[in-house]
Amino acid sequence: MQGRNYDFPNGKTSLLCFVKEDCPTCQLSLPLIEIIQKTFSSVVEVLLIGQDHAGNSSMIKTHQLATSLLNDDALKVSFEYDLDTVPTIFLTDSVGNALTQFIGFGKQDWIDLIQKLSDLTGIAVPAIQWDSYPESHPGCGSRSVEPGIAERLEAESSGSPLRARQIDIATHDDVHEFLFDQELTDGLPVIPPTPERVLRMIKGSHRDAQEIVADIPPNLAPATVEKIAINAVMAGCKPDYLPVVITAVEAMCTDEFNIHGVSATTMGGTPAVIINGPIREKIEMNSGLGALGAGHRANATIGRAIRLVLRNIGGAKTGGTERSTLASPSKYTLAFAEREERSPWEPYHVQQGFDQSESVVTLFAVTGGPSLVVDQNSRTPEQITGSIAMVMESIPHPRARGDQDILLVLCPEHLDTITKNGWSKQKFLDEIQKATLKPLRNLLADEHSGVGASLAEFGETGPNETDLERLVPKFASTSNIHLVVAGSDAGKFTSVFQGWATGPRGSMVVSRKIEG
Amino acid sequence: MTMKILDPTDERKPIKRELTSRPEHISGVVGLLDISKPRGNVLLNRLEELFDERLPDVEIRRYTKPTFTKPAPEDLRRKISEECGFVIEALAD
Repeated sequence: MQGRNYDFPNGKTSLLCFVKEDCPTCQLSLPLIEIIQKTFSSVVEVLLIGQDHAGNSSMIKTHQLATSLLNDDALKVSFEYDLDTVPTIFLTDSVGNALTQFIGFGKQDWIDLIQKLSDLTGIAVPAIQWDSYPESHPGCGSRSVEPGIAERLEAESSGSPLRARQIDIATHDDVHEFLFDQELTDGLPVIPPTPERVLRMIKGSHRDAQEIVADIPPNLAPATVEKIAINAVMAGCKPDYLPVVITAVEAMCTDEFNIHGVSATTMGGTPAVIINGPIREKIEMNSGLGALGAGHRANATIGRAIRLVLRNIGGAKTGGTERSTLASPSKYTLAFAEREERSPWEPYHVQQGFDQSESVVTLFAVTGGPSLVVDQNSRTPEQITGSIAMVMESIPHPRARGDQDILLVLCPEHLDTITKNGWSKQKFLDEIQKATLKPLRNLLADEHSGVGASLAEFGETGPNETDLERLVPKFASTSNIHLVVAGSDAGKFTSVFQGWATGPRGSMVVSRKIEG
Repeated sequence: MTMKILDPTDERKPIKRELTSRPEHISGVVGLLDISKPRGNVLLNRLEELFDERLPDVEIRRYTKPTFTKPAPEDLRRKISEECGFVIEALAD
């Protein structure tokens, strides 16, 4: 308590007693510790270790303590001894090995301890009025395991899993302004990634904090679990979301997804994160009312976290390698879940070959949308299909055909109409393709628009009548249409997201199983 | 009290790249790299004509990236750096 450091072990048999002032069980134990000190102090060193400074002074005064009391209000010693409970009593030999250890108050524990000290020292057992003590009394929680404190102690300990550079924000600096000034945000405020928060986040995954998850374009910087966790904290994620964020980062950084191109294109691309499987419930991912909008933490922050990973770890800065002509609000965040239970069809991840019981992240590169298909009038599957096909056909241009992916988020009311006669998902997709068939004649570039098939593609003689009558579907295949069911029960509004260039020269949809 | 936060970046300060010194005269081999964006070849064809007219001693070699959406493959980058003293990359649309 005088501010001097104390080294332990010091070559003597010792009794270490961890206590805190506001613990009644510690108060109950202190007179016994004093008796032990008075009886055995010539041979045994008795040390009290108190967990808060003011409380330590109060204990000395109240109990007129003769026993040395060491101040551990920084709780580092309590943390190193891995305490859960006070009082915790250790009897150690001269080199610090524990001979006896117990927690809380047990009358028999103390009787045995005093007997043991007597055996060790040859000093007679002191007279104690044991009748005035209860048989047992549970201890209290050690201050070193209180929420907030435990993470700080772990972050500061030599065994901390954290390796990221620490930045000190001076007292007179505003941490939020600092983060904006350093261009570490997406333009919205972020949660400051303190070591305690990052440590809590890392514990959301079973992976090692220093495991490298992926090299993040454009700088191809290695992203460890810790670095992803830092950005997940900033985005506002809960630790439970971290496995989803990590899996999304892995999927994003595959050659197939090609996030470098998706980010850099002037067309303005960004990943849409779609979640399937049981994890949707666990992290309360919204797939229902307002699934594509604001108001749900998991949806908002998971999408944001991968964008911050790209920006902060990969170095994708707007005006740097992010070169969208206009971009879209989806560049802040875009994540949602499929409402699997509302659909008679197999969910998206099962269609991709996963088991229904597996949790899966799917990334789709969007460049536009959501565009609404507003159809409150159609009552037959054919009519709804026709409406959806017409809107899809306009994306990104009514004459565009071939290699493009589209993300179709089908609302429950439209789904009910489509499935009322038992149509399968494949039947619906086939009907979409049929509804978009147009003769090549209608798809040629002309004086009204330069977009469309070019006559030069047909050689010097140009297309013949057979060529011109050939029917061309909107999509190269029905596998280019990625169908997910989401939204509330009320409302006949389906949404469509435009993809980017697909196939090996662009971005392909990537689905990955979420591991812990 | 000072607040501590952890660095969310890759902790690598960007290293400034020095431009290669520019010679006064162009000689040897000039590479023209088509990144496979529409009409990039139009610009490069015109450049090749101008080289033929003005610097007939310069040898022109043409290269093409498989797709403009991804960085050039490493083999192509190495080939260009081995064969050329200069390279002109055409961005178009």
